[in-house]
Amino acid sequence: MASSETTPASSDLAGLEAGLDALDSGQATEQGPFPLGRLLLTRVLPPLVAIALVLTVWQAVYWADVQPDYLLPSPGDVWDEFNEMWRQGTLFDYVWTSVSRGVLGFLIAVAVGTPLGLVVARVRLVRAAIGPILTGLQSLPSVAWVPAAIIWFGLTNGTIYAVVLLGAVPSIANGIVAGVDQIPPLYLRAGRMLGARGLTSVRHVLLPAALPGYLAGLKQGWAFSWRSLMAAELIVSSPELGTGLGQLMDTYRTMQNQSGVLATIILILVVGVAIDLLVFSPLERRVLRNRGLLVRAS
Amino acid sequence: MAITLDKAGGEDRGTQAEYAVRLAHVSKSFGRPGAQQLVLDDISLDVAPGEFVTLIGASGCGKSTLLNLTAGLDAASAGTIAVPGGRPALMFQEHALFPWLTAGRNVELALRLRGLAKAERRAEAERLLSLVRLGGAYGKRVHELSGGMRQRVALARALAQDSRLLLMDEPFAALDAITRDVLHEELTRIWQETGISVLFVTHNVREAVRLAQRVILLSSRPGRIVHEWRVELGQPRRIEDPEVSALSVEITERLREEIRRHGQQ
Repeated sequence: MASSETTPASSDLAGLEAGLDALDSGQATEQGPFPLGRLLLTRVLPPLVAIALVLTVWQAVYWADVQPDYLLPSPGDVWDEFNEMWRQGTLFDYVWTSVSRGVLGFLIAVAVGTPLGLVVARVRLVRAAIGPILTGLQSLPSVAWVPAAIIWFGLTNGTIYAVVLLGAVPSIANGIVAGVDQIPPLYLRAGRMLGARGLTSVRHVLLPAALPGYLAGLKQGWAFSWRSLMAAELIVSSPELGTGLGQLMDTYRTMQNQSGVLATIILILVVGVAIDLLVFSPLERRVLRNRGLLVRAS
Repeated sequence: MAITLDKAGGEDRGTQAEYAVRLAHVSKSFGRPGAQQLVLDDISLDVAPGEFVTLIGASGCGKSTLLNLTAGLDAASAGTIAVPGGRPALMFQEHALFPWLTAGRNVELALRLRGLAKAERRAEAERLLSLVRLGGAYGKRVHELSGGMRQRVALARALAQDSRLLLMDEPFAALDAITRDVLHEELTRIWQETGISVLFVTHNVREAVRLAQRVILLSSRPGRIVHEWRVELGQPRRIEDPEVSALSVEITERLREEIRRHGQQ
C-alpha cells in the first residue's frame, strides 16, 4: 500500500497509517453475504405464512356458508378460473396487454416527469407557480380523468395513456423534487469547487445525488401508472383495444362470474407486487447499499 | 525560533510580483442594505507560492467566509482577490466526497472536470491515491472508509484539480487526536513533495503552529488581521515540540486578549 519510502521516518508514518486504517475500517468490511437459509426464513417464509392464513380464513368462511357461492366463491373456484385461462392460453395475453400498456405509459411518464421535476426543483418561479398544483394532482384520483379523457380521445388507447400519464407524471416529478431538495448543499458546493457548472453539474452531481429520492418517486410513479391503467381499462373498452386485465374484470362482472373477478384482482395484485419486487426494490437496495444508507437489521 | 512580524511586514513581502493568492482590502458584509453586518473588514493578505499559511481566530472571525471568497463561492463586498493559478482547490471540514462514487471515481471525477483525457484518468487517480497512501482504496465506497481515510481521499481529490493553491477549512477538526496527528505529518509531507501553496483555516492554535510557516490571527466581528507570526521552525516538527508549545502559548494569549475585548463591549 505504501509508495516507495526513503527515510525511516516516512516509512514509520506509512506503517502507522496502515495500522490506523486497518483499525478504523476493519468492522465495516466484515458484512458477508446473507446466508440463504436465513434469507428464506426471514424474507420468504413470513409472506407465505400470511398468504396461507388469508386462504385458510377465506376457505373457513366459505365452508361456514355465510354467503351463497355466486357471491363468495371458494379459493378452489378461483384457482379453477386461473386453470381455465391457462388452458385457453389467454392468461398471458391478458397480462401482457395490460403490462405492456402500463410499462409504456410509465416510460412516457418518466420522460415527461423527470425534466418537469428538475425544472420545478431548480427554478424558483416555476416551483412557486406549479409546485402546489403538482402536489394537488397527486391526490386527485386518476379515475376522475377518465370521463374527460373519453371526451377528448374517445374509446382509444389515447384515453388510456392520458389517464396513466395524468396519474404517474405528478408522482415522478414530485419524487425528483423531493430528491433534489434532500441533497446536502455541501455536495453542490464541492461540485462547484471541482468545476462542475450548468449541465455538467446536473449530470455529475445533481442527478446522482438526487437518485434515492428519484427512485422512490419512480416506484410510486409505477404504482400510480398501474392503478390508473386499471381504472381506465375498467371503463374504456372496445373490441379494437384488446383485452387487458381491467377489461377482463369488467367482462366477468357482466357475466356475474365472481370467481373470474376475484381471479383478475389477484392477477392485478401479483403483477403490481412482482414489478416492485423484481425491478424497483433491488434497484433501490443497490443504490442505498452503495451509499452506505442501508443498515442491515442484525 | 519564532519571529513576530507586524502587519506591515506581511504586506511588504506581498509586493513581490509572485504570489499564489493576493487579497487586497477585502471586506464582506451580510444582510439587507440598512441592516448589514460587517464580517470581514479590510483584509489584505498574500500567500507566496509554496507557502503554508494558517488563519486562526475565535468564532465569528469570518475564517470560513474568507476561504469561500477566495474559492470564488461567494463575492466580496469590497476589495479584490487575485488567484493567478486559476480556480483554487478547497477542502471542507466534512469530507464532501460523493457517496455514489468509489474513492477512485471521486478522484477521477475531479480529473474529468479538469479536462484530463479519459485514458489518463485511471492512472492519475491511482497515483494521487498512492500519494495520500491509499493505493489499495480505489474501489472502496466512501462509507467503507474511516474518517481519516475519507479526508485523505478528499485531499487526493483536491490535488487532482492540479491547482497551485489549496484552501483548507478546518479539514481535521472532526477527527480524533491520533488520526489528526498522523494527518498533520501526511499533509506536511505532501505539501513539501508537491510545492503547493496552502491557506489553512483552524481554531486550533497548536495545529496552526504545527503546520504553518506563517500564522495569521483574525479578530472577531468583524474579522480583521490582528497580528501575524512567522514560524521559523523546520519540518517535520511535532505538535509536542517545546518550540511549538511556546509559540502556541504566545498566540493563545493574544487570541484570548481579542476574545476578552468582546466581553467588555
